[in-house]
Amino acid sequence: MAETAPRRVTADVAIVGAGPAGIAAAVRAAESGARVVVLDEAPRPGGQIWRHTTRGTLPRGARRWLERLDASGAQVLSGASVVDADGPRLLAQWRGEPLVVSAERIILATGARELFLPFPGWTLPGVVGVGGAQALLKAGMPVAGRRVVVAGSGPLLLAVAAALAGAGAHVAVVAEQAPAAAVRRFAAGLWRRPAKLWQAARYRAGVPRARHRPGVWVTRADGDTTVREVTLTDGRRTWTVPCDLLAVGYGLVPATELPRLLGCRIERGRVHVDEYQRTSEPAILCAGEPTGIAGAHAALVQGQIAACAALDRPAEATSLLAARDAWRRFAARLEATFAPRDELRTLADADTVVCRCEDVTLGRIDASWGSRAAKRYTRAGMGPCQGRICGAALQYLFDWTPDRVRVPVAPATVGTLVHAAALNTEPQDPS
Amino acid sequence: MSDVVEIHVNGRAVRVPASASLAAALLAAGESAFRRSVTGAPRAPLCGMGICYECRVTVNGVAHVRACLETVAPGMDVVTGG
Amino acid sequence: MSGVAVPPDAVVVGAGIVGAACALELARAGLRVLVLDAGDVGGGTTAAGMGHLVVMDDSEEQFALTAYSVRLWRELAPSLPPECEFDPCGTLWIAADAAQLEAVRRKHEAYTARGVAAEVLDGAALAACEPALRAPLAGALLVPGDAVLYPPGAARHLLAEACRAGAVFRGGSRVDAIRPGAVVVGGRALPAGIVVNAAGAAAPELTPGLPIVPRKGHLAITDRYPGLCRHQIVELGYLQSAHEMTAESVAFNVQPRRTGQVLIGSSRELVGWDPATNRAVLGRMLERAVHFMPALAAASVIRVWTGFRPATPDKLPLIGPWEEMEGVWVAAGHEGLGITTSLGTARLLADLITGRTPAIDPAPYAPMRVLSAARRHG
Ligand SMILES: Cc1cc2nc3c(=O)[nH]c(=O)nc-3n(C[C@H](O)[C@H](O)[C@H](O)COP(=O)(O)OP(=O)(O)OC[C@H]3O[C@@H](n4cnc5c(N)ncnc54)[C@H](O)[C@@H]3O)c2cc1C
Ligand SMILES: Cc1cc2nc3c(=O)[nH]c(=O)nc-3n(C[C@H](O)[C@H](O)[C@H](O)COP(=O)(O)OP(=O)(O)OC[C@H]3O[C@@H](n4cnc5c(N)ncnc54)[C@H](O)[C@@H]3O)c2cc1C
Ligand code: FES
Repeated sequence: MAETAPRRVTADVAIVGAGPAGIAAAVRAAESGARVVVLDEAPRPGGQIWRHTTRGTLPRGARRWLERLDASGAQVLSGASVVDADGPRLLAQWRGEPLVVSAERIILATGARELFLPFPGWTLPGVVGVGGAQALLKAGMPVAGRRVVVAGSGPLLLAVAAALAGAGAHVAVVAEQAPAAAVRRFAAGLWRRPAKLWQAARYRAGVPRARHRPGVWVTRADGDTTVREVTLTDGRRTWTVPCDLLAVGYGLVPATELPRLLGCRIERGRVHVDEYQRTSEPAILCAGEPTGIAGAHAALVQGQIAACAALDRPAEATSLLAARDAWRRFAARLEATFAPRDELRTLADADTVVCRCEDVTLGRIDASWGSRAAKRYTRAGMGPCQGRICGAALQYLFDWTPDRVRVPVAPATVGTLVHAAALNTEPQDPS
Repeated sequence: MSDVVEIHVNGRAVRVPASASLAAALLAAGESAFRRSVTGAPRAPLCGMGICYECRVTVNGVAHVRACLETVAPGMDVVTGG
Repeated sequence: MSGVAVPPDAVVVGAGIVGAACALELARAGLRVLVLDAGDVGGGTTAAGMGHLVVMDDSEEQFALTAYSVRLWRELAPSLPPECEFDPCGTLWIAADAAQLEAVRRKHEAYTARGVAAEVLDGAALAACEPALRAPLAGALLVPGDAVLYPPGAARHLLAEACRAGAVFRGGSRVDAIRPGAVVVGGRALPAGIVVNAAGAAAPELTPGLPIVPRKGHLAITDRYPGLCRHQIVELGYLQSAHEMTAESVAFNVQPRRTGQVLIGSSRELVGWDPATNRAVLGRMLERAVHFMPALAAASVIRVWTGFRPATPDKLPLIGPWEEMEGVWVAAGHEGLGITTSLGTARLLADLITGRTPAIDPAPYAPMRVLSAARRHG
């Protein structure tokens, strides 16, 4: 046995992820009297949308949820990366040390990440994700005076362009790959979602209409040590735009590694949940983006439903189900509108790096292989990100299914993994 | 509480906003190559949220630290380009 | 494989490193070879192995085959493409105390007496060449001729060479049965001069009676820490862990990869084909690694996996004719040494098939020994 026992935490409900879904779940469960622990690898709770350095910068709604979280009695462990899990137990690395969490129920609220599609020049410094630009901006990256191109797909583009403009960047163009007609139809449908409409309108305000270009996408980025110029096309015409920051991303994909490690059923890339956010595995629930990309409002509702179900009081969630289902329909429209166009499959050339961790170029990969063989033959997907970036791209380019998830689900030190066995043993008597 | 802290980047003292993530602070300090890829190309943050591992730097002697998940701390010793 | 009218002289079942090596030797010997694998090349145990090319002295027979094989690998080394990641880093067998150092000296005598270069290092010399090891340690045996490679890359290379020599490879072809003079694939019998069962730990499914069982092992790979580990470093107790068919054992065994990563082993369990991580075993294995190399505690692990060694009761592989069925040959059961011994196995098998004189005595590896052993005991 390991020489020193790892720190242990016991709770009724353990929640992975402190984005809207995890926060709502924690608040609901802790306010009902349950012992709750929340783990998130980020330095502060908030997840992607409510990422912040100081709370004062957040919208009122977000501040209110965070204040409720503070007051709820839930134990929030920021900077805790969950690296392994088995049954309702978690192994985390927290401040460099192992931490074992035992709970009756686990709610997975691990959110989503961006879909990146490779194109020549996408590895240059200065090329970041759309959400990436936003995250870095919220974490203190200065952009005043920088010339920025925002490109890719999804409602996030306008939001991020507005935020960048608000911080003093010059947004040269917002290139949305979805066709103009599809974007128009989507915008019209927003009337049925007043909150979203308001958001959309506000985002628009930051970016002159003329610079928002649907039906346009990036074909390459050029520069020496950092990006200097971006090439855009609308399929007929091609032109270049000088810039020193390119934010490009093609929407979000559910983060399902931890649910997959736990054996939860996955359908079409999403964690399968029942009406009450329960996964196929006993004692494991899932809320927010891993169950489908539907935005922060949906995540808040799902988190609360999951909390009720986790405490075996599903009846208390009944009033929330209709709202959740409406968001599900919204999610389906979102996905249909902003689905990446086929032309994006052909952007990368033979010399374009596909796996950034291992510098594997597209030319070395054969479409007939599948992800396991590609890994074995070229090391694609073998680096520290474990295929989180190239796996989704190769899935899109070649329709490959991602390789199986293995321990650890995020890199962990040897010193932490020495304690993996604690997941399968009873905690010592707490006295 | 001061709103700037001093950290060391490749031996150079830099003053950065106290609440910033290390990734944001390094970008503010003008670093563009956080790490060298396995074939030697310069790389910098992509995802900003702990997924891509492009922002790895050495912090206080510990290699492969994701700068986007760290908050700057006074006296932090950072080495880039590894 | 459209319109192959003439049946192949040999069908090799399994494109792991053993099957790939056999295909190459047989094709070079002039046989028309067809290689079949249920998956693709090197996707079985070969994809899970460590790739340590090592001379081992658990028995005289094991020594003969491993020493012969390592020599063949070193002859091949200059022609291996970079994907094979060949690294002539040598092995350090480390001795924790004076008693183990005594054992190291005996090992030294055994190796040098049999023509394998080796050198005894004292504690200071060991610390100088592997500064990350715990100090003080009593010393080590350095075997400079040992090496490391990337097994699936090597299997793929060997198979590609076989195909250049005329062999044909068909992936995605599961063999349902081996018959005299044929293999059955998807309900159809494919005639063949001879059949080589190189299906690794699955070999008994096709040739009932082969005493091979899967022996599970865990490995963990770190991020890149160039220079942290410079040789394959193995504790002397490893031999015992490999030798004793106990339910469960771990030993300190770390390997520097060309990438600067450290591959950490190793464990042995007899639990059938369950691929799940056994966290208790993993924990003990990593703890052992940290015990010998404290700096590893802070190293970041990016993946853990398991694999199944094809184990035999007497720790020796099965190489030669299977006389229970006409025309069937076996090249399987290499336990934790199949990457190393693939080349020796293939050369030996081709020698036997073509009537050449083998460089080492093939008798100890004859598959029929297991039947006579069973009959003796029965
Ligand atoms: C990059 C990005 C930017 C976005 N920007 C906007 C925006 O501007 N406007 C908008 O309306 N929507 C935005 N969204 C969508 C928005 O994030 C979601 O709708 C909402 O945040 C979903 O909430 P969630 O709780 O499901 O997940 P998230 O908010 O993503 O929270 C998940 C949390 O789980 C943590 N986590 C994941 N895995 C682990 C682990 N193994 N161990 C510990 N912690 C873990 C993460 O650190 C994260 O904090 C963005 C999404 C992304 C990915
Ligand atoms: C953790 C671990 C560490 C190891 N470390 C080392 C080391 O350092 N050095 C060393 O020398 N060895 C090592 N080994 C041992 C080595 O990996 C094996 O001995 C070797 O890979 C066996 O190769 P093989 O070709 O016999 O089997 P495999 O690689 O398993 O190949 C068998 C092939 O047969 C195919 N097959 C099976 N059934 C059928 C069928 N019915 N029809 C068609 N195809 C079929 C499979 O798909 C597979 O591709 C290690 C093993 C493990 C598990
Ligand atoms: S920027 Fe992607 S992990 Fe830090």
